[in-house]
Amino acid sequence: MTYHLNYDFIWRHFDRLGWGLVLSLELALISILIGMAIGLSLALAYTGGGRFIRSLVAAYVEFIRNVPLLLLVYLVFYGVPSVGGFAYEATAGFVITLAVYAGATMVEVFRAGLAAVPGGLTDAGKAIGLTGWQRLIWVRLPTMFRIVLPSLSNAYVSLFKDTSLASVIAVPELTYGAQWINTNSFRVIEVWSVTAPMYLVTGYGLLFLLQRLERRFAVH
Amino acid sequence: MLYAIRSLPFLWQGLLVTLEVSALVVFFSLIAGVILGVGIVYGPPWLYWPIRIYSDFFRGIPLLVLIFFIYYGLPLFGLNFTNFGSVVLALSAFETAHIIEVVRGAIQSIPRGQNEAAKTIGLTFGKRLLYVIAPQAARRFLPPWINAVVDTVKGSALVSLVGIVDLMLAIQQVIGRTYIPMPLYVLGAVMYFVINYSLSSASRALEARFAYIRE
Repeated sequence: MTYHLNYDFIWRHFDRLGWGLVLSLELALISILIGMAIGLSLALAYTGGGRFIRSLVAAYVEFIRNVPLLLLVYLVFYGVPSVGGFAYEATAGFVITLAVYAGATMVEVFRAGLAAVPGGLTDAGKAIGLTGWQRLIWVRLPTMFRIVLPSLSNAYVSLFKDTSLASVIAVPELTYGAQWINTNSFRVIEVWSVTAPMYLVTGYGLLFLLQRLERRFAVH
Repeated sequence: MLYAIRSLPFLWQGLLVTLEVSALVVFFSLIAGVILGVGIVYGPPWLYWPIRIYSDFFRGIPLLVLIFFIYYGLPLFGLNFTNFGSVVLALSAFETAHIIEVVRGAIQSIPRGQNEAAKTIGLTFGKRLLYVIAPQAARRFLPPWINAVVDTVKGSALVSLVGIVDLMLAIQQVIGRTYIPMPLYVLGAVMYFVINYSLSSASRALEARFAYIRE
């Protein structure tokens, strides 16, 4: 191969990658928090609700999970404002999309978790005179979280990787920074060989931390 | 709305490309994934570690990054693929990594005694795999594999970003001409939904079909 690797341009503009990674993590964090709020409330509505609410929640989950995230990103960022007659920032548009997307995953996770809480625990809560809300806060939710932790950590890492799609609507996160360097220098191999390990190390670092948390709270 | 209907033949062409990419990727990743998956379960360490690293690497980077990496990067090694070839390669490499884990999970869910019993009655490795392990592993393999197929169809939307006119880019192009985004995005979402929902329903039906199996 006669090609000479030259990383100068990448190191000179490394701030685009470094701050891009920070933005990727922020996007993931905010979307995950909103997504968990959506997921938890809908999972509770599903578990306690009637037929109508159940089919509404199921429709939401099935629609989001069977449509490409890229299409959802476009739909939220270009489609919705064209109908509503307003506009939002690309970052906000992406966070809304990823949160709604994360919500659909989280509903499934939390629903399975709530179903896996042993009936004996809620009965015991009833026996010592806890009200419905108290049982939910002190018995069902803490147990559920310990059960779903492994599924949650996989979903978190996967959502972190999905933030790379924000680059298509020009949110300056890691993939966007890499593409900027790519088009401005044509140092293709160099820039992607730096970007890919950044995703790998962050993703597996997150997974490692979350697995320590899982061990700490594991259900025996 | 009229524009959306008039654009249907064009979108249909895009849909065919989406299905073609998906079908090729499903085909290649199934073959490579099963071979490597068997390798990771039964292989010696010199086979185990490369496959483990391959799988963890490709599952650890975003699909979009992988597509750009392969699309822009391969020509530097003197490999001149068409853009179609390079995205099929990228998606296949990505899906193979997931299929490896599905195969590994399916094989490892079978009690060790099955393999040992087959050894006792004198079956060779190939025969043990074919007559004892595979039939039992298939029912553990099918539902998550169909989910991987759904992910492939969803992931194939990313090929629009390197200029292949699949369903996603066809939608974008019609919007570029008509400036009516919402009906077309909704139409596109429905088209993807119909394909993927039928697949996920099949996956759920299979799971229910095999639910009687208990260890």
